[in-house]
Amino acid sequence: MMKKFLYGLIMVVSVLAFVQAISAAGRTPSTGEPFPDVSLAMPEKALQKEYLGLKGSGSFRLSQIKAELLIIEIFSMYCPYCQKEAPNVNELYRIISGRDDIKDKIRIIGIGAGNTPLEVDVFRKKYAVEFPLFSDESFSVHTATGGVRTPYFFVIRTRAGEPGVIVYSNVGTLHDPGQFLDLIMKKSSLKQE
Amino acid sequence: MRNKGGLISSLLVMLFVFFFSSAIAYSASEQFKGKIYDPGMLKPVDSRTKLKTGMPAPSFTLPSLTGETISLAYYRGKKNVVLSFVPAAWTPVCSDQWPGYNILKDVFDKNDAVLLGITVDNLPTLNAWTKEMGDLWFPVLSDFWPHGAVSKKYGVLRSSGVSERALFIIDKKGIIRYFDVHDINKRPPLETLVRELEKLNK
Repeated sequence: MMKKFLYGLIMVVSVLAFVQAISAAGRTPSTGEPFPDVSLAMPEKALQKEYLGLKGSGSFRLSQIKAELLIIEIFSMYCPYCQKEAPNVNELYRIISGRDDIKDKIRIIGIGAGNTPLEVDVFRKKYAVEFPLFSDESFSVHTATGGVRTPYFFVIRTRAGEPGVIVYSNVGTLHDPGQFLDLIMKKSSLKQE
Repeated sequence: MRNKGGLISSLLVMLFVFFFSSAIAYSASEQFKGKIYDPGMLKPVDSRTKLKTGMPAPSFTLPSLTGETISLAYYRGKKNVVLSFVPAAWTPVCSDQWPGYNILKDVFDKNDAVLLGITVDNLPTLNAWTKEMGDLWFPVLSDFWPHGAVSKKYGVLRSSGVSERALFIIDKKGIIRYFDVHDINKRPPLETLVRELEKLNK
């Protein structure tokens, strides 16, 4: 009886260990798949809340962001590649903000993998980043995206109230921000007016 | 009965795997491509230092990447010193700790402090590794030979021959004001370092 119980317990724990190992290592979602509808801390600054179309305090889910296309950069203050890439991402933000036809449709956010709020703040100040950056101190978003190398860009076609679908993703540099914008608009068939 | 003991121990192993498989906490920069060697989860701390805050910091002289030899004594009366021991080149966590400090020069300057990075790797390895980080503003010292001698003096040499992930803050009088022998698998949060640096000049 005892033996049976123990065998049963071992089976259960093995399955749990297996599932845990898979989800901890994770798998990076690819094009055509939904992006996990993760929860983030509500920005404190009114301007950033307005930019993302959010209200209230506490936390929010990605699916609450008002946008047709959401660009997510998984970065780290500690990552030299992210440091080098920062001006390029700022340039992308600047180009989008300057175009009346798309400036209300596309949003950019950065998520700092394993970064504390101060670490995110250091990055923001150092590179004068204007779009919202979030702390992912516990690596929960990073883990949910399969522990990607940084910087990693996900471009998501959003659907109101539902997890958005990835239309493009890549690791490393955006290359030319203007060309990147053209590419992701084509991939997402976002209408240009 | 023996069988039961075996069952219980395998159960414990399973539980161990279950709890620790989720505890790996680092992100790797694309900068290093696939070149980072992942040693997996290590024993958080594998040494015991006899040093305490308020004690004089042990003196040392080590070769640095720029070719200069750096002595702790040089900074006496001039600068506060932060020693950042990291375990090894080309490993996770270590490979991004210094690039982070590399964008914090103003924080060190503001607190009249310099940073000295130390590992037990030899200079050619440190050269190849730190080149991936961009231009570092702080000296990188090699505690390679006699192997890990300075790490040992500070009580942070692990049994595997690498150092702990440890921070020491030494004031202008050469006194240890703060130290943290951190869990080797994790990066010390910046909040603590900044807070301790700001205490120095009070």
